[in-house]
Amino acid sequence: MSGLFFKMTTGNHIYPGESRWKGLLYLLPALLIYLLFTFIPILETFRASFYDWNGFSEARSFIGLGNYISLFSDSLFLKAITNNLVFIIFYSIIPILIGLMLSALLTGQPIPGFSFFRTLYFLPQVISMVVVGVIWRWMFNPVSGPINQFLSLIGLGQFQQAWLGSFQYALPAVGSIGTWVQYGFCMVLFLAGIQRIPLEYYEAASLDGANAFKQFVYITVPGLKSEIGVAMITTMIAALRVFDLIYSTTRGGPGDSTLVTGFLIYRSAILNNRIGYGAAIAMVLTLIILALSFLIRRLMSEKHGEQA
Amino acid sequence: MSIRWKRLLPRYLVLTVFMLIVLLPVWGMLMSAFKSDTQIASSPFSLPETWTLENFQQAWTVGKFNVFFKNSVIVTTVVVVSSVFLSTLSGYAFGQLPMPGKNLLFPLMLLGYMVPFEAVIIPLYNWMDTLGLRNTYWAMILPQIGLSVSFGTLWMSSFFENAPKELVDAATIDGCNRWQTLWQILWPLARPATTTLVVLIFMWTWNEFLLALVMVQTEAMRTLPVGLAFFQGKYTSNLSLMAAGAIIVALPTVLIYILFQRFFIRGMLGGAIKG
Repeated sequence: MSGLFFKMTTGNHIYPGESRWKGLLYLLPALLIYLLFTFIPILETFRASFYDWNGFSEARSFIGLGNYISLFSDSLFLKAITNNLVFIIFYSIIPILIGLMLSALLTGQPIPGFSFFRTLYFLPQVISMVVVGVIWRWMFNPVSGPINQFLSLIGLGQFQQAWLGSFQYALPAVGSIGTWVQYGFCMVLFLAGIQRIPLEYYEAASLDGANAFKQFVYITVPGLKSEIGVAMITTMIAALRVFDLIYSTTRGGPGDSTLVTGFLIYRSAILNNRIGYGAAIAMVLTLIILALSFLIRRLMSEKHGEQA
Repeated sequence: MSIRWKRLLPRYLVLTVFMLIVLLPVWGMLMSAFKSDTQIASSPFSLPETWTLENFQQAWTVGKFNVFFKNSVIVTTVVVVSSVFLSTLSGYAFGQLPMPGKNLLFPLMLLGYMVPFEAVIIPLYNWMDTLGLRNTYWAMILPQIGLSVSFGTLWMSSFFENAPKELVDAATIDGCNRWQTLWQILWPLARPATTTLVVLIFMWTWNEFLLALVMVQTEAMRTLPVGLAFFQGKYTSNLSLMAAGAIIVALPTVLIYILFQRFFIRGMLGGAIKG
């Protein structure tokens, strides 16, 4: 498995008469475009976060940590970051639990035709999040949406809501779209991992009298450690970065009830020209994502050697 | 019923329930695209009473999805082809070639793979604005190549590192230089890794939203996801039309996914998240 667990190995040799710089020639085009359009912009965002600047005027005043200080007393930013944390519950924790539960049910003998299910479970991963937003705005539509129709059909009409337009329900409603997108991914990931756990472990455990729950806790979950790590990083980052879905469902509303950091960066820096302030938010978001990735990589690294 | 089936049946049942939850909303949207608005409201998930392509026609011409489609194809093609080519070269450099400073350059590339688009979008927006490159394909293409080669380099280098040494040595003894070894010996072996990379970068570029939203203001330059987002604002009440638009956006990725799902799932399970 590679991806999140890329690591460097050295040890390729130089042929006689070959320059030890040869690799640079091959790296250069990619490196150049990467430096220009990714690395230097990161540094520039970092620098901009120490300034007060509107993007046009010559006046660009250095205010040190000013943007960061005002961030943490800005109720909008705190609201946004809290919403991102709520999204981690919906994007990450619930899908991982559903995925583990499903894979616990499916352990044991292989299931004929599973690849058919796998194809469909993965479907939300390939569809543009704007399309997902269009789909769910329709599902949640207060008048013609299938969810309210379904509620009234089964006699629960009193629970009908203007889901995405409600201060109370918009956040969990958008969050549950995230659950819908992610749980299939988690399940497929875990089921692929389970196939690597030797069946003898389970046989030995049941001979020793371990019930299904104990087998799950002591064999399945530890055996899936690296998969759980991948699922956690992938889905948590998705929860922290959510933008497209918010843009195409609620645009942060009603009020600021579904405001998230990604949307706040867009609103501050691009729409309202508060470049320094937006840059500071972007830096905080980036640092959280980097810290989280390193932390989970650390936790999982004991088990990680092989490459895909 | 055999014991085997007694054990399998509840599992199929659970799998089917969770599959339907995934499938029903997508199915409903697909069916809506072929219906009239009145029929959507009365029976959202049924087959259309009369199939109509009028929604697609309207979205394609009046909704300008023909323009958005063309833009998406141009941006995606250029990004995928150049990113995969550049990543093959740079991955080869890391995995096979002598190069000073590898231990420094590798984490440098890794950083780009891990940071979100939000971390680069603000300066890119200002630069492109200053250079007068907003509302051009370049403003969407160049940054996406930058981010894609970061992941692509790491992805391809892990392939080249593990390429059989004997083969490379044999090729060298036979007189291949490094360039020839790459394209004649290793590249054919790299087909699965390359295919996965192509599919992943295709998906990410086709679905990319924030950059295209920020860089482009004129309708004529919008890509499909941005076009759909604006379309949605304009035709909120006309669901069948919006459904048709949504299908146009989603269809290419779904087709590629169905054709290459083995490669895509391998990449995703490897933890390939977009940086």
